[in-house]
Amino acid sequence: MATKAAARATGARLLEAFRAAGASAVDPDILQPAKALLDLYGEDIRARAFVTHDPSRGEMMLRPDFTVPVVQEHMTGGAEPARYCYLGEVFRQQDHSGPARAAEYFQAGYEVFDRTAPEEADAEVFALFAAQLAPLGLEATIGDIGLLTAAVAGLDTLAVRKSALARHIWRPRRFHALLQRYAGLTPVPPSRQTLLAGEAESDAPWIGLRAPDEMHERVTRLQEDAAAAPLPAAEVARFDALFSLRCAAPEAPQRLEGLGISALAPAIARLARRLSALEARGIDLATLRFDASHGRTTMEYYDGFVFTFSAADPGLPPVATGGRYDALTRVLGQGRSIPAVGGVIRPGLVADLEVAP
Amino acid sequence: MSVKLGVPSKGRLMEQTFDWFAAHGVRLHRTGSEREYSGAVEGADGVELVLLSAGEIPRELAAGRIHLGVTGSDLVREKLADWETQVADLAPMGFGHADLIIAVPACWSDVDMLEDLDAVAHAFRREHGFRLRIATKYHRLVREFLTRQGVADYQLVDSQGATEGTVKNLTAEAIADITSSGETLRANHLKILSDGVIHQSQATLFAARGADWTGGSGAALAALCTQCGIALPKF
Repeated sequence: MATKAAARATGARLLEAFRAAGASAVDPDILQPAKALLDLYGEDIRARAFVTHDPSRGEMMLRPDFTVPVVQEHMTGGAEPARYCYLGEVFRQQDHSGPARAAEYFQAGYEVFDRTAPEEADAEVFALFAAQLAPLGLEATIGDIGLLTAAVAGLDTLAVRKSALARHIWRPRRFHALLQRYAGLTPVPPSRQTLLAGEAESDAPWIGLRAPDEMHERVTRLQEDAAAAPLPAAEVARFDALFSLRCAAPEAPQRLEGLGISALAPAIARLARRLSALEARGIDLATLRFDASHGRTTMEYYDGFVFTFSAADPGLPPVATGGRYDALTRVLGQGRSIPAVGGVIRPGLVADLEVAP
Repeated sequence: MSVKLGVPSKGRLMEQTFDWFAAHGVRLHRTGSEREYSGAVEGADGVELVLLSAGEIPRELAAGRIHLGVTGSDLVREKLADWETQVADLAPMGFGHADLIIAVPACWSDVDMLEDLDAVAHAFRREHGFRLRIATKYHRLVREFLTRQGVADYQLVDSQGATEGTVKNLTAEAIADITSSGETLRANHLKILSDGVIHQSQATLFAARGADWTGGSGAALAALCTQCGIALPKF
């Protein structure tokens, strides 16, 4: 493991490169109010972040990432377009032991808030990272959560089914269970059959904050769902093919078109524009891997382009990750939003790999 | 150096532990006055009895301050990260059975499975502006289970006792707690989700991987294992 001094020195070098690319440095607090992070991530963040308490400020967290405070800072009065960079420690609880599982490590990050040309901004961040990491011979993987959301939005089925699927894109197990259910490929559970037949009335007294109306509303929805046509099995097969698509990046647009999901057309066009923008910035596309499910099991704020740079050792965490998070700016912007893309590099890992290539 | 055996210091768990060892010819008993937490061992050489709160036994095992310990399998999983790297599971003891379960109001006739709970949590959050609250003291086990099962839009609220009352008192919408007969749940108008069993716990004999097993304690463990008819753990 790199010493703290080596990680900091490598981080400073990265920060200088980000500044040279036009970003202004920001320095968010290490102690962050817990509420915004908990609202966003739910219990997952409680398991990952160090939660502490201040008598006057309430529950606080040791900064588990920079993106949320940087977005908050931008949304409360940043000029447009804006580029930010930062360097500092993040803190993550580790439920498992092992050398790769540091509870405290540096991140150097670069974030772009720009409305004009999203694919250009995607390529800008990726190419900047690729240039910094070039000597390390890392493997780069890209994906696009926007393809998955477009495929869900394009389904010819009830809106409630589409919103349930869209909500679980980041939870593959639940997503695929729902898909199977909507296609009638798994049997309706007996308890659901009883409910739909109107024979599940309970004589227990009503308790709790959830009101009877909320239950009746859901039962109505479930009845609509039961009456709706099942998703065609062919549609499910196309989804499975989409989610398991992995190929060299230059082949991705054509392979995606070959799936026969018409709703993907705009997202495929965006992917093609992004690939062109990457090529124009000197990225050799043949070395990039495309993985349609990339980013599905990470934190759920990425909603478009996603990327990872990884070392050959599968035991090491990714050296750099990033992506587009337009929806996050809407959630944190209190009515305002701006397209945003960015990423982080772990300088400690970079320093390690530079010493022992 | 003798093997330190940590046993719950009171109640049925202590008595049943004593009975279990007695059935294998090892007599554990308390010494001194009724209120004094000291004990003695007869029928096994080099074993020393340490009486402890059942809830502290996982921590003492993890620290290696005791070599062996009897406690609920739920407590070890809840309190120790990567528990299998810290302790070895020597023998289930056949008592102290309790299931860690998720329960919701019995009046929710539209909810029977985790799939329903997840859908209700989503609707609840939109309607009420905060995540559906699940009261529990088993934060790690419940969170890992719900993550594995793909349930979202919930939050855990800490409840160290009388957890079954939290729904009626409007401090939670659901609970995750241990139950043996389910009677307290029914009395509080709650029902268990049909796929909501998180862990089936029972009293279990654990060995500490990080304890000092040199200087005779390894041999004492081997003799005890032979006597009790259990396989010698690999450390």
